[in-house]
Amino acid sequence: MNHSTFNRRQALLSLGAMACLPLAAGAAQPAASPGNSIYQLHAALTDQDGRPFELESLRGSPVLVSMFYSSCQMVCPMVFETIHSTLKALPASERADMKVVMVSFDPARDTVAVLKKTAAVRNCDAQWTLARGDESTSRKIAAALNIQYRRLSDGEFNHSTIITLLDREGRIAARTGKLGTVDTALVKSVHEVHAVKG
Amino acid sequence: MKSLAAFAIASLCCVAAAAADYVEVPGGRFESVLPQGSSPTVSSPVNLTAFAMRAKPVTVAEFAAFVRAHPEWQRDRIPALFAEKRYLLSWAGDADPGPKLAPQSPVTDVSWFAAKAYCESEGARLPTWLEWEYVAAADDSRRDARGDAAWRRQILSWYERPSDAQLRAVGGKPNAFGISDVHGLVWEWVDDFNALFIAGDSRTQGDPDLLKFCGAGAINIIDRDSYAVVMRIALLSSLNAADTTSSLGFRCVRPHEESPQ
Repeated sequence: MNHSTFNRRQALLSLGAMACLPLAAGAAQPAASPGNSIYQLHAALTDQDGRPFELESLRGSPVLVSMFYSSCQMVCPMVFETIHSTLKALPASERADMKVVMVSFDPARDTVAVLKKTAAVRNCDAQWTLARGDESTSRKIAAALNIQYRRLSDGEFNHSTIITLLDREGRIAARTGKLGTVDTALVKSVHEVHAVKG
Repeated sequence: MKSLAAFAIASLCCVAAAAADYVEVPGGRFESVLPQGSSPTVSSPVNLTAFAMRAKPVTVAEFAAFVRAHPEWQRDRIPALFAEKRYLLSWAGDADPGPKLAPQSPVTDVSWFAAKAYCESEGARLPTWLEWEYVAAADDSRRDARGDAAWRRQILSWYERPSDAQLRAVGGKPNAFGISDVHGLVWEWVDDFNALFIAGDSRTQGDPDLLKFCGAGAINIIDRDSYAVVMRIALLSSLNAADTTSSLGFRCVRPHEESPQ
């Protein structure tokens, strides 16, 4: 008897908790991303460890984002180097706050295993996410970032190399095409974006 | 007057309900005006696989049905990332083109994101540049009429005309593939519009700006006689994905349907 009363009470309590849940979630959940946020894309990606994630999950942190393909021997390694140098040029608190996302142009060849290997070769630690989506998602992300790319018949890609800084809401705060050197204007923008707390 | 309005409503309903007409386009070997290989200056023909393309551009009535079914693409709701302020600017209401726009005229003032979403809503996608160029090479009897100077002049004459205040209805004379309105009505979005970056001229040789481009660098136009096509590339490559213009519409493609075994 006691036992069943207890059960009923538990059940009622948990029902009550469930009823509260949407309210609590509604109160705790941030408003939708701003209209000019790249998170409006709701881009579904997979990281170098095979974990699926939405681009919007980066919301709340400043993000450096660029695009690449693993078999690229020319400019792409320089993009990684430039981002490494930019991170090193930041004060420790800003560096720790920052996330880096590299999205592949080449999801057909950049499998999770290839992304994992590229992350190791390019010295990318946990701060970095190397990501792949489907072709359409890559095209949409490039469109939102104003990155141009085309696949050539030999499997190589032509592409513009742009490193973009997103603010905590996913809005484009700065862009740079400078490679092989730290763009001081970009670093200045990181200071500004970091200063605005999420 | 009354019957005219009734007719307009009836035709609107029919278009919204009817499935779009897709035409099978056989694959083939094709030499684009854009180099497809690793050398930016050497032409290299490529093999295109078969696909199915909308016989006509998407109309005002069809796009109105789409925004009513997917209100997130209405101009009052669309996020700024997906469309600039001029999106569907000529429409009377947020989901209503109004009486001034002919329902059968091609929809324009649409962004790349909106065009892409429309195609996805009917299980399709935007054509690639190569697919569009391949279809656009045809006149009404030949699949590749690009070598014909008279035909090239005919296309160019469209660009010389002042743009019409009112776009005519879609469904002009089909070309050799059975596709209408490829030339002479509107510009069209392609899926890889942001793949069409070109080197303006040879002065960029050795320019440090070339570092902006990975791989073979910015590309050159191989066949400079194809002015009409080159103008398309110039326009598309100047656009951002949220841009809209009053003369830019789109059509969709689907994968080639395998005949049942």
